[in-house]
Amino acid sequence: MTATTLTALSEQLERGELSSVEATRDYLGRIEAHNAALNAIITVTAEQALADAAAADARRAAGEAGPLTGIPLLHKDIFCTNGVRTSCGSRMLDNFLPPYDATVVARLKAAGAVMLGKTNLDEFAMGSSNETSYYGPARNPWDLRRVPGGSSGGSAAAVAAGFAPAATGTDTGGSIRQPAAFCGITGLKPTYGRVSRLGMVAFASSLDQGGPMAATAEDCAMLLQVMAGFDPADSTSAEYEVDDYSGGLAADLSGLKIGLPGEYFGEGLDAGIETALRAALAEYKALGAELVEISLPRTHLAVPAYYVIAPAEASTNLSRFDGVRYGYRCDAPEDLLDLYTRTREEGFGDEVKRRILVGTYALSAGYYDAYYRKAQQIRRLIQQDFLDAFDSVDVIMGPITPHPAWVLGEKTDDPVAMYLEDIYTLGVNLAGLPGMSIPAGFADGLPVGLQLIGPHFSEARLLNIAHRFQLATDWHTRRPTL
Amino acid sequence: MSDGYWETVIGLEVHVQLATDSKIFSGSATAFGASPNSQANAVDLAMPGMLPVLNEKAVRYAVMFGLAIEAEIGRRSVFDRKNYFYPDLPKGYQISQFDHPIVGRGQVQIQLADGSSREIGVTRAHLEEDAGKSLHEDFHGMSGIDLNRAGTPLLEIVSEPELRSAEEAVAYLKTIHSIITYLGISDGNMAEGSMRCDVNISLRPRGEEAFGTRAEIKNVNSFRFVEKAIQVETERQMDILEDGGSVVQETRLYDADRNETRSMRSKEVANDYRYFPEPDLLPVEIDEGYIETLRESLPELPAAKRQRFESEYALGSYDASVLSAERALADYFEAVAACGDAKSAANWVQVELLGALNKSELSMSDCPVPAAELATLIERINDSSISGKIAKQVFDILWSEGGSVDAIIEAKGFKQVSDTGALEAMVAEVIDANPDQVQQYLAADEGKRKKLLGFFVGQIMKASRGQANPKLVNEILAANLDSAS
Repeated sequence: MTATTLTALSEQLERGELSSVEATRDYLGRIEAHNAALNAIITVTAEQALADAAAADARRAAGEAGPLTGIPLLHKDIFCTNGVRTSCGSRMLDNFLPPYDATVVARLKAAGAVMLGKTNLDEFAMGSSNETSYYGPARNPWDLRRVPGGSSGGSAAAVAAGFAPAATGTDTGGSIRQPAAFCGITGLKPTYGRVSRLGMVAFASSLDQGGPMAATAEDCAMLLQVMAGFDPADSTSAEYEVDDYSGGLAADLSGLKIGLPGEYFGEGLDAGIETALRAALAEYKALGAELVEISLPRTHLAVPAYYVIAPAEASTNLSRFDGVRYGYRCDAPEDLLDLYTRTREEGFGDEVKRRILVGTYALSAGYYDAYYRKAQQIRRLIQQDFLDAFDSVDVIMGPITPHPAWVLGEKTDDPVAMYLEDIYTLGVNLAGLPGMSIPAGFADGLPVGLQLIGPHFSEARLLNIAHRFQLATDWHTRRPTL
Repeated sequence: MSDGYWETVIGLEVHVQLATDSKIFSGSATAFGASPNSQANAVDLAMPGMLPVLNEKAVRYAVMFGLAIEAEIGRRSVFDRKNYFYPDLPKGYQISQFDHPIVGRGQVQIQLADGSSREIGVTRAHLEEDAGKSLHEDFHGMSGIDLNRAGTPLLEIVSEPELRSAEEAVAYLKTIHSIITYLGISDGNMAEGSMRCDVNISLRPRGEEAFGTRAEIKNVNSFRFVEKAIQVETERQMDILEDGGSVVQETRLYDADRNETRSMRSKEVANDYRYFPEPDLLPVEIDEGYIETLRESLPELPAAKRQRFESEYALGSYDASVLSAERALADYFEAVAACGDAKSAANWVQVELLGALNKSELSMSDCPVPAAELATLIERINDSSISGKIAKQVFDILWSEGGSVDAIIEAKGFKQVSDTGALEAMVAEVIDANPDQVQQYLAADEGKRKKLLGFFVGQIMKASRGQANPKLVNEILAANLDSAS
């Protein structure tokens, strides 16, 4: 029987109880059986995975194995994979085969990980429910009528459903943390600049950050160890030493000061979620932590600031999809304007078009100061709120979302209602901070995530704080029945 | 109204291609003339997920230019995205610099033909990437895209609208050209597009402060075309204004074949480039130490060299200005002047060498005559080994066949006859053969004698095939003729 966590699987492989080929077959079998219902994976690379697994087993036999050698993984379909379709959940890139690997993919490959396939996502990572995917929505394995969250919804659903022990995700405004919360797994959005963005197709360059999604904090630590680090090919990646993420997991939490922002526990928060979170916080108190009431006074400005900055950057990041060099091209264009117009009209979905329009508007002459410049000013104030808070607390905790996973289609007609679901996650991206979601109970039978937010480059500390909770609780071990 | 009523106001935007080996944001080569798209990698093609990485050399070159024109250096310059769709602009935006350029306000001195000079303000200079090329021929109704040029580093140098004539504009361009080639930051090759120019031009009644409506003439790429384009555009605008019309603000194109400018677009679309800071690149922080190191490494610049040529080699301002305009030429001149005779060096370089180069349409870098040989040639004139006339023959052989001056003189038997015995014999022969002329000489007064003496010298030079030392011939002749009386 294949273990349910990456850490345990790594030990099984190490002890020779299981080969990588066997584990890979096992995961491929579950994908084969249940992906039709979940739609969590867009592309399965079974043949290559088995070949890579066999090669990993050979390396292990030769005594050249590391902790990730032969570990099967899934990549969000926004990370470029050499020779394997990288669709970004869009018709625009349905036919796109990158001739290169993203740095994240290359690092995990070099560490011996085996790619099982590419996971579903909101188109170009623009969405909170996975419903904007060209390939149809992924489903929440806890309740197939419900969304798995987004944009890394396919990764979260796949890990929760046991399609793989772990997956990569990206988080521009909550896209790792929110689906992790909705699907009851652990997800970490690192400090901006901690993980290379090279080969990760850009949504909003100043906010995007790749990170691990897995069952436990321990698993996330193992993955982040490989994913993190300076990349000279990404000018915004940080030339900052990578900590030992696994080494400090067990450290004691006595005296830990946990900040609880009043703004995160106020009106609008689902009662079931609040109950689960209060119980989790009581657990932390029992572990020796001190709970401190704090304020992040600019929280209410995060949604408007984010929904100017992210679309503004997206509107120009997506200009390259013009039908000239790669990707979708409309049939028989009459002239250049027709080529541009129809390629983009037919290649992009509604939410992507909406954000391109919003972003183009926000950057236009005459509106720039009122929107983009003001949003950047607010962004600095929001960051300052967090930095001020970290003067008195070690970590900030709160909800990931106001509500648990909603029913498919429930919010698709009201984009603003959907945007407001991101209220607790956006600030972290605007401030460039690391944030985590860890399973903290259930509300109405649906998983609830607890958010952990730390100062810049405090990933090791966050993982430690999450791991101690997971040693004391078993929420992270709960799995949906398929 | 007349020409004197209107004042022409000109501002230039000069795009200089920086001589880096690789592109400004990718590792692709920048060499000119490679086969289409052979120098375009995933970054240049704007493949999904690709990111720009700034070429430090481009920054260094821009700062060097800033220091050369005594400009403020932007301590924190920011790259911005300039958004527009065009097939040869793969990202759908150009990475440029908008409100925080790397080079701020500076100035250059321009030299005018009447010997005067003027200071022209440079508003700013900023770094940006070039676009690719769209090719509309040979594709059967379709267009081809060549992205070799996409991402080539450019420095856009913007002048203040302080130029007042075509002559000043050309002088300004030549000054910029000479600065960038001196610094070695660009090859300045205008034919290959390494230096291109947009001309902003408007007219206003002399004495008026407000500017008139301007037209922008795009992409003029030779000094001569800039001059002609300004002349014809000035006339065009003057005709409109004098007929009571008004100039339309628009982009125009200079057509060299018809020597006219014409509107590039039938109606002017107001472009909104939606500039905003490029989130894929960090601001460029430049510290004092970096600037000082570059300042110390700057070569002697054209203006300083011109002044030194005047004082050190006693050259006139015209000669000094011609010889210092191009670094390669200035270096060549100094190597020739090492012979100790700067005046002759200046003459030989300007007359013979530049003449030959122009005639063969070669540049200094293709010059077949090494400076050391030209120096030796001048030495051989000065030590009376050969005459100036023979020297020109030696130069022609050097130019077309190569070799060394001394070997050519030896092989061709050009060495001047300075043996007084041999010369005495020749003189005696000529005097004997021309008794009538001797009589005329003797009968003539002092003034006429000089002229007649020339006849005898000519005969001797002819007899010696030009190799008789003319100075000695003159002396011996005078002595012999005088004694013949």
